[in-house]
Amino acid sequence: MSLPVRVATLAAAFVAVVAGASFLVIHYLLGGPPVEAFTASSGQVNITMQEDPQNTVTSKPDWVSYFIQSPTTHQWVHTTLFQVPAGTRVNMTILGYDGCTPLRNPYWSKVTGTYGNVALVNGKPVSVLNSWSGCNVGHTFSIPGIGLNVPMASPPLTANLCGTSPCTAGPHTVVKFSFTTPKVAGEYFWQCRVPCGGGFVTGFGGPMQTIGYMTGNMEVVS
Amino acid sequence: MAAAAGDASPGAQAIRPNDGEPNHGLRIFLMWVVLALAADLLIWFVWGPHLPPGTMATASAGQQFDIKVMAVMAAPVMVLVLVYFGYALTVWRQRDGDEEDGPALHGNTRIQATWITVTSVMVLSLFAFGTYELVTAQGAGAGEGPSPIWKPTGHTTLQVQVIGQQWRFTYRYPQFGGFETTQLMLPKGAWVEFHVTSLDVIHSFWAYQLGVKADANPGVDNVAFTKPTQLGLVTVRCAELCGLWHGAMFDYGHVVSPAAFASWASATRIRLASVTKILPPYATSYDPTVIPNINKAMAKAGISGANGYYYPGPPFTPTAP
Repeated sequence: MSLPVRVATLAAAFVAVVAGASFLVIHYLLGGPPVEAFTASSGQVNITMQEDPQNTVTSKPDWVSYFIQSPTTHQWVHTTLFQVPAGTRVNMTILGYDGCTPLRNPYWSKVTGTYGNVALVNGKPVSVLNSWSGCNVGHTFSIPGIGLNVPMASPPLTANLCGTSPCTAGPHTVVKFSFTTPKVAGEYFWQCRVPCGGGFVTGFGGPMQTIGYMTGNMEVVS
Repeated sequence: MAAAAGDASPGAQAIRPNDGEPNHGLRIFLMWVVLALAADLLIWFVWGPHLPPGTMATASAGQQFDIKVMAVMAAPVMVLVLVYFGYALTVWRQRDGDEEDGPALHGNTRIQATWITVTSVMVLSLFAFGTYELVTAQGAGAGEGPSPIWKPTGHTTLQVQVIGQQWRFTYRYPQFGGFETTQLMLPKGAWVEFHVTSLDVIHSFWAYQLGVKADANPGVDNVAFTKPTQLGLVTVRCAELCGLWHGAMFDYGHVVSPAAFASWASATRIRLASVTKILPPYATSYDPTVIPNINKAMAKAGISGANGYYYPGPPFTPTAP
C-alpha cells in the first residue's frame, strides 16, 4: 500500500471516529426534550400538564407519558422539563387521561407538599387517594426534593381511553394543586411512583427511567 | 558501593557491621522504632478520632476502632519499608565516578523467615480480630440477613423498617401503630433494630454516621443494629446503583432526645393516621409481586390498567398521530 493511500486511510478513519463521537455527544448528551420556561404573573405560575396512556409522537408509542402545555404557544409539548422562578407559587393542573394501576406502596396515596396538603380532583378536595381500594389512580406527580406527592386520579374503570397523543378529547380527570417552589435555585427531579413502565423489571423501566416520559426535572431559577 | 565490601551476602552486609562499615541494621532498626512509634501515636490519638464514620453510634464507633487498630498494625510495616527504602537510597546509592557493579544478591534465610513469620502473625491476628469484631456488636451495623449473629440482649429495641423504593427510603415504625414516613427519627441511647427491605430493585441503606450499611433486597428482611450515642444529623444514602435517580436517593435523619422522639412519634402517628390505615399489615418484607397479581386479576376481569401494560393485558395497537 502506497504512502498516500495509507495517509488517506488513516485520515478517513480519524474523521469517522470524530464524526461518530460527535454524533454520540450531540444525539445522546446534548439532545433531549425541550425545557418549557414559565414566568410568574402576579407572583404565580400556572402550569398545565397531561398524562396519557400512550404517546403516539415518538418511536416508543406504547410508553405512557406526560406532556406539558407550552406557556407561549399553548400547544402540547412532549417533554417533562420545565423551568420556574424560585420562591413562587405554582398552580398546577394535570389532566389524567390514563387508566388505573395500583401504587406499589400505598403510602404514596397521600397528598403532601401542596397548599393545605390537598389536591382538587375534579373540583373536590382530596388528601388521600387509595389506589388499592379501586380503580382510581393512574400515576403520581412527585418531587421528592420538596416533599411533594400527588396521586393522579384516573378516569372511570370502563372508560374508553384516549388513543392518540397528546389527548385532546376523551374521558379524563382534572387534578389541581398548588405548591411553592424552593427559594434555592437548582434542579429538582420529579417522578411518577406508579409502576407503569410497560414490560420492564418491577414496572420501573422504560418510561419511568427516561426523561421526557414519566420523569423529568423542575429547574428553579432565581 | 559502600555495602559491597566483604564476602558475606549483601543482605547480611546490610545489617551487620563489617570492616569499618557502620551497623546499618541497628541504624535502620532505631529509625524504624522511633518513626513507627510516632506514626502509631499520631494515628491513635490525633488522626484516629477523625477517622470515618465517627462515633455517633455504637456501630460507627466500633468501625472507627477497627480502622484505628488496622492502621496502627499496618503503619510499622509501611514505615519499615519506607525507612529501608530511604536508607538504601541515601547510604547505598551509586556515587559519582563509581562504575563498579554491586554485589550479587543472595537470600538471607534469617531475614526472610523473620519477615514471613512476623507478617503472617500480623495478618492472622488481624483476621482473628476482624472475625471477632464482625460477630459482636461492632459488626452489627452491617445487615446480616433475617437472623443476625449478634443481637442486643436485655434491651428493648426500637424497630424501624427501612423500605427502599425507586428513589426514596421510607421508614415504618411498627411499635407506633405501623405508620410510615419519609422522616428517619431516632432516640439517643436506645438500641435500634433496622429491618431493611425493598419494594423493587436492590438498594442499600447507608446511614453513614450510624455505622449502618445494609442491602435492601426485595422480599428479604435484612437486620442491622446500632445505638445512637450522640444527638445530631444522619446522612442516609442509597449505596447501590438503582436507576436513573439513584444519585438523588438520599435524605437526612435525626437523632433526638428520647422525649423529643416520643413527642414526634406520637404526633406523626396521628398526622399520618389517614394513610396508615390503608397500608398493608406490617411485615418484615413485602412481596413486590402482590401488585402485579392485583393487576393480573384486573386484566383477567377485563379491567383496563395504565396502558404501560407492565402486566398482562389486552394488546396495545398504537394509533398513528
